[in-house]
Amino acid sequence: MQEKRFSTLSILIILVLLFGALSGCAPAVTTAPTQPTAIPATEAPAAASAPTATSAPVELTFYYPVAVAGPITQIIDGYITQFEAANPDIKVNAVLSGGYGDTLTKIQTTIKGGGTPPDVAVLLSTDLYSLVDANAIMPLDDYVKAAGGDTFTSDFFPAYLANSNYQSHIWSLPFQRSIPVLYYNKDMFKAAGLDDNKGPTNYAEMVTDAQKLTKPDGSTWGIEISSDGIPYWLFQCFVIGGGSNVFTAPNKVTFDTPEVAQALQDFTDLPNKYKVMPPGILLWANMPNDFVNGKAAMIWHSSGSLTNILKQAKFNVGVSYPVGEKGYGAPTGGGNLYMLKGIPADHQAAAWKFIQFMTSVDTQADWSINTGYVASRQSSYNTQAMKDHIAKVPQAAVAAAGLQYAGPELATHDNAQIQKFLGDAVQAALTGKSTIADALKAAQQQADQVLSQFSQ
Amino acid sequence: MNFHAKINNSTEWRSRFWAAALPYLLITPTLFFVVIFTLLPLLHVAGSSLFAENQAVQVPKFIGAGNFTALFSDPGFRDVFVNTVIYVIVTVPISVFLALVLALLLNRKFRAQGLYRLAFFYPTVLPMVSAATIWLFMYTPDYGLLNVFIEFFHIPSQNWLGEPRLALIALMILGIWKQTGYFMVFFLAGLQGLPHDIFESAKLDGANVLQSTYYITLPLLMGTTLFVTTIAVINAFETVDQIYIMTGGGPINSTSMLLFDLWQTLFSYLDIGRASAMSVILIVVLLIFTVINFITTERRATYE
Repeated sequence: MQEKRFSTLSILIILVLLFGALSGCAPAVTTAPTQPTAIPATEAPAAASAPTATSAPVELTFYYPVAVAGPITQIIDGYITQFEAANPDIKVNAVLSGGYGDTLTKIQTTIKGGGTPPDVAVLLSTDLYSLVDANAIMPLDDYVKAAGGDTFTSDFFPAYLANSNYQSHIWSLPFQRSIPVLYYNKDMFKAAGLDDNKGPTNYAEMVTDAQKLTKPDGSTWGIEISSDGIPYWLFQCFVIGGGSNVFTAPNKVTFDTPEVAQALQDFTDLPNKYKVMPPGILLWANMPNDFVNGKAAMIWHSSGSLTNILKQAKFNVGVSYPVGEKGYGAPTGGGNLYMLKGIPADHQAAAWKFIQFMTSVDTQADWSINTGYVASRQSSYNTQAMKDHIAKVPQAAVAAAGLQYAGPELATHDNAQIQKFLGDAVQAALTGKSTIADALKAAQQQADQVLSQFSQ
Repeated sequence: MNFHAKINNSTEWRSRFWAAALPYLLITPTLFFVVIFTLLPLLHVAGSSLFAENQAVQVPKFIGAGNFTALFSDPGFRDVFVNTVIYVIVTVPISVFLALVLALLLNRKFRAQGLYRLAFFYPTVLPMVSAATIWLFMYTPDYGLLNVFIEFFHIPSQNWLGEPRLALIALMILGIWKQTGYFMVFFLAGLQGLPHDIFESAKLDGANVLQSTYYITLPLLMGTTLFVTTIAVINAFETVDQIYIMTGGGPINSTSMLLFDLWQTLFSYLDIGRASAMSVILIVVLLIFTVINFITTERRATYE
């Protein structure tokens, strides 16, 4: 009798718990975020040009990832001190937010959870469509117009600004931008009887150079091109250098074309046919070490590695551009400044001031000198500071000049997945896991399936 | 039925009530945390797995088993599942066996015994991220330690992490190296808890070392072995740090495993529905394993 009563009690407890559990999970199902597509341009506030009267200072939160070696935090803190001195009514809390991926994740989860995102963030330029899809960012049209419209934007390198436009809005300004370059060992070039004043100007030249530079005992490879991490990025050099690209629209990729197949053939020929590159997948992080230790005579790597490579190399370093069948070619890379949606109106005006300061001619020149990133503004290269720097380190001017050969980096909706499809195809071909034709066909099909969900 | 008598005797009733209710009261705090941090998220995930919610579908949409059918027809997910199973099947028996052998060897008295124990236990103390970074260097082609070592025996240098056929093996070697010392400590503790008299009488009966190990030590250590195996299997399913540091799941999908793929699907691809479905699959697999393990442990317990 007693026992029976208390087992009823336990059933009761379980029922209460279950009910609690069910009601606890219900909101997750029913919560409906606002329509992602409804982003009227007029949402930008009118207070763009009128600074607010001095009251309590506006406190901005700024997320930035660190993606290159060096004292990045100190440099950023220096800019913020300068900015706050010039704008006493604004305070900026800079938050080091990990890598690019971590920063995006933090912001996306904050938005999903109904919290307030940071006011300004540095995110990959290629994250644009993901951010618009998630209704996470604000268009900057009104601010840009107030700052001078086309006269204001025309100073940015067009190749970098290309990642800011979508649906006839401007969504971001380029901040920490890079481009892959070709580093070559001038001493080895001389020893092999090659002209050490310039790198190869097309794929055929690169192969002949690499053949002369490769030592038969295996101590030096002619060239090393990384294929791990983000394999699609350096692969795009082959494609763009061949006069083509891997996508045409945010919802349309062109992986399965004769031009892309040729580019992949060229990439795989380096280890398999010409034997001037080690076989298998080469790790991104190992390439600079292999280069400065003389294991590789040429490497393709980010322009952001320049400062580090120059510091470590005990030989003369030449800098040129990656090549494809027809000549030089490279995708752009790096991060832009975005203004997040859902922040208070007075924050928006302050955030724009901060974005303007961080992308100003002088800040961009200084940022480039101290990090190795390419300044996003053309007139940064006319500043005295930059001229003095280039006089000392002439290689620093090469990357910026390379922007004329640059094409846009692969950027679509659901970007990380699409990039992985192409990256997997590159790796499958390089390791012989599948043929070039099969690998590209599979990547195209996978990408088409994902992108068919997006109308533009 | 003396029902009335019972109701009237209210003090007795009350004391019986408290005696019966006390266990429930005592587990309430724990139950509270289990419900909040385990049960509710679990039900939430199970709920989310029935909805499409990703970058294309911002408003969750009910699709029933859609996420599951998509996963099972995806060759990429099949690779991930196969990798995980291979990893479990290979690393668990090898590391448990090695740990047992090491424990048996280090349980005897000899010089510098403590030094050896320390040396084998040391990998456990290292955080996985540091260990993975060290091994990243060991696996570097041409000048990495492992390649320098094998080249000494005229075996050509291998690109350990860059070849699909080698990368998973490389991760398994790291996994075994990292956890063997940890399991060894459990076996050592188990060995030290064994009664001496049995071994003495065995010795008197003329049993040699191998015989007493096989017929006495191993059966008596069965409880420890089962415990260690359970930990090893769960560890193997939870492999994620070294994949993140060393290969990023590549080349292609050759080193991607369940938990890593799940992390990537949720935080890189922001596909909540699919990631939830993967969580459910992971939970079900671990649940099946736990139940099997539980049943066999119970059976062993009755044997002993």
